[in-house]
Amino acid sequence: MINTLNILLPEIFLSLSIFSILMIGVFLKKSYNIVSKLSLGTLIFTALIIIYSDHLDEKIFNDSFINDPFSNFIKILLLISSIFILNSSQLFIKENKINKFEYPIIILIAILGMFFMVSSNDLILFYLGLELQSLSLYILASIDRDDVRSSESGIKYFILSALSSGLLLYGCSLLYGFCGSTNFEIIADKLNSENTGAVFAMVFILVGLAFKISAVPFHMWTPDVYEGSPTSVTSFFSVVPKIAGLAVLIRFMQVTFQNILIEWQMILIFISIASMILGAVAAIGQKNIKRLMAYSSIGHIGYALAGVATGTNYGYSSSIMYITIYAIMNIGAFGCIFMMKKDGKYTEDINSLSGISQKNPLIAFSFLIILFSLAGIPPLAGFFAKFYIFMAVIENEMYILAIIGLLTTVISAFYYLRIIKTIYFDELKMPFDQIKNLSITSTIFISCLILSTFFIYPSFLNNILSVIFTY
Amino acid sequence: MNFPILSCIIFLPLLGATFIFFSRSRNNKSAIYTSLFTSFANLFLSIFLWYQFDKNTSEFQFIEESNWISGLIKFKLGVDGISILFIVLTAFITPICVISCVNSIKKRVKEFLIAILILETFMIGVFCSLDLVIFYLFFEAGLIPMFLIIGIWGGPKRVYSAFKFFLFTLLGSVLMLVAIIAIYWITGTTDVLQIYEIKIAEKYQYLLWLAFFSSFAVKMPMWPVHTWLPDAHVEAPTAGSVILAAILLKMAGYGFLRFSIPMFPVASEYFVPLVYTLSVIAIIYTSLVALMQDDMKKLIAYSSVAHMGFVTLGIFTFTKQGIDGSIFQMISHGLISAALFLCVGVLYDRIQSRMISTYGGVVNYLPKYSFIFIIFVLGGLGLPGTSGFLGEFLVLIGAFQKNYLVAILASVGVVLGAAYMLWLAKRVIFGETNNNEIKKIKDLNFSESSILFFLAFTTVFFGFYPQPIFETINVSVNNLISNYQTDLTMSLININD
Repeated sequence: MINTLNILLPEIFLSLSIFSILMIGVFLKKSYNIVSKLSLGTLIFTALIIIYSDHLDEKIFNDSFINDPFSNFIKILLLISSIFILNSSQLFIKENKINKFEYPIIILIAILGMFFMVSSNDLILFYLGLELQSLSLYILASIDRDDVRSSESGIKYFILSALSSGLLLYGCSLLYGFCGSTNFEIIADKLNSENTGAVFAMVFILVGLAFKISAVPFHMWTPDVYEGSPTSVTSFFSVVPKIAGLAVLIRFMQVTFQNILIEWQMILIFISIASMILGAVAAIGQKNIKRLMAYSSIGHIGYALAGVATGTNYGYSSSIMYITIYAIMNIGAFGCIFMMKKDGKYTEDINSLSGISQKNPLIAFSFLIILFSLAGIPPLAGFFAKFYIFMAVIENEMYILAIIGLLTTVISAFYYLRIIKTIYFDELKMPFDQIKNLSITSTIFISCLILSTFFIYPSFLNNILSVIFTY
Repeated sequence: MNFPILSCIIFLPLLGATFIFFSRSRNNKSAIYTSLFTSFANLFLSIFLWYQFDKNTSEFQFIEESNWISGLIKFKLGVDGISILFIVLTAFITPICVISCVNSIKKRVKEFLIAILILETFMIGVFCSLDLVIFYLFFEAGLIPMFLIIGIWGGPKRVYSAFKFFLFTLLGSVLMLVAIIAIYWITGTTDVLQIYEIKIAEKYQYLLWLAFFSSFAVKMPMWPVHTWLPDAHVEAPTAGSVILAAILLKMAGYGFLRFSIPMFPVASEYFVPLVYTLSVIAIIYTSLVALMQDDMKKLIAYSSVAHMGFVTLGIFTFTKQGIDGSIFQMISHGLISAALFLCVGVLYDRIQSRMISTYGGVVNYLPKYSFIFIIFVLGGLGLPGTSGFLGEFLVLIGAFQKNYLVAILASVGVVLGAAYMLWLAKRVIFGETNNNEIKKIKDLNFSESSILFFLAFTTVFFGFYPQPIFETINVSVNNLISNYQTDLTMSLININD
């Protein structure tokens, strides 16, 4: 029993901290500062617990909770990205008066939900984790409740997401009905292509998950929610839930549905191609940087799914690698968006970036590195992310997917270049305010440093992932 | 020799760029001196490399190898007789660009120098790499600084040109990436030397060759994907045009020699008619287009496309003369076109116009300048005694051995080349001066005349004494051709079995 609790230690610590921080938030007045500091501390401490725990590969609670290197890696990734996002968005949160004490606590709850999601080995635990996460995200989207756009995006997200959760739950119940169990491994044993009902269930679950990671054709909510939510929330949305969603998708494909690879492979290839194309084409006309980031994230999810679609361990690891580098790039990019402030007002208009390289050379240069990396131009990290994906894709002789994927990188390079053009080639209209905030600048700096020096030792992530996936 | 001299040559400019980036001084002088120092140090290092280079073996020398992506790819560098010349050329052109920017770049000098130095790192990396992925990495990375150079310091239509340049090249290259990864899964390695030995099966060669060709054809540039080049040249600042013409275009020719021919010999032979057709069209069509240009830079840009047509023609004759000629043509074009762009830059810095009609009778007011300009014009049209002659001549000899029709058509291109070059000189240098502004401008200043005289000296020197270059490439080219012939006969035997 004690051993069981040891394995659950990160989750237990996180839940207890949430309760105690909530108490502090309720009973102290103007408690935002202390609550956010405590939340950051909790995140860091949880990460330390995971890093220093004995990495046992074990299943507990009647095989419904799994603790393996994969889930640990994802949890650490979730924690580190949340730490950076929460840290860099402090200034934005305070200046936009959304510094309610609930804000960091809801983020903690969402992370707790994601923890259970990525560690689930059972449909029920998986669904509970997913819902805990989703409900927190709905609230987070509409946290700026006096703002029409924020409330609208919250409602929109809630309705569409609830629909997809319904589909997903329906799929889960079908799966239980046809396989007689909710445990992933038992389901995997019972599944085969003749089991039509179960294949049906797989499609429903895939739809639900595709919605959560905003893959085409279930992406409609993304641009609106990204644009409407406060930027600090958008930066969280664009990174953390995506990592968790992709991890769960990989768990499903790798464990539960591995026997019916033939059934889901075509679906994933289609979703992947559609996401890459839509992400590349639809972003071209955008004028709002957050909307553009939304479409760009749809495109990036397309590449990550291309890795999953191979159905091999190498493919899964390349897609985790992709999402890791994507997280680094997006955290940096949103760090730069937090700096877009003119005359005390935050702006989201791409045109407002025009010519800032003359007055704010450092932001401009960081943005340059991040955007070229997003476009996947060597020698920046974004290139390696794509390189590993296409290594996996071409290994499985899916040449069409590879060629379409690489052609869409050319199209998407266009809109990243357009931002660079605005920053560097256009005339200066009005410089940004000088923001001297260590937490934002250090976040951007770390992100750029990793992106631009990744090429020196690109096997760093590869080595970790090859242990996790043992290929 | 254990000292990693190639890595030194590659990363020294990057170090200089980092130094300039972090230096606090607001003064441009220190940045210029730093970049001059780095680029000259690099020039000396590369000449030292050339001196140390053993010309009697076709083996790759100065090989460096280290683990890079564990289990997949090694960071492997090395040079042979062909690549070393391009390294020296790059190291030679960069200081010239740095000096020329003193006159022509007015804003953000520091950033410009950083871009040039980083570009030098990538360009030398391309010529040193012995691994396909490393090659691709450097090949593509060069886009970033060049895009910025055109876009920030370029002319009025710079945004359009920069985008066209970037997207055209990227589009060509992504197919090469697919091919590189496919090669990895076919042969199990991306190490070029191992691939030479393993030999890719014939059935794969055709598609892989086309994928590589799509990238090199855009970069070369061959007709009909050459349209980005005139735009990029016209809008780029002088130093950008110089680097573009002198080095970036040579990457594709080098790529054909290093990758396409040795790795895919059967496909190379199979696609010869395609390459010949495109080259001849490039030579004649772009020469005709060049005749009709009223913008000096555009004229030289189109002449570059025509000259590059000779290069592809020569490479795909697979004869000693043809390939020797192509390499010599690339080196000499690197010197002459660089010098011509510098000459246009000199006039542009003074009158802010590149139109031929603006000028006329320049010889009366800028005698020194006109003298040098005429030397390069004659070099550009291939007058015996300049380096421009030998390359074209050898390529034509090679072509005559293979195909009379192609050779005759290409010879027509030589005549057209003389026509547009001489007409350019006639309209700009001679004639009457209608524009009063020309009467006021000054002749070459010290920095301009020193780099131009130096370039003129090299052009004439190699025109009379090409031995150093031929000596260096001799063994490597022989080896390339003999390997190619063996591979072809092997595949023929396989078919007959």
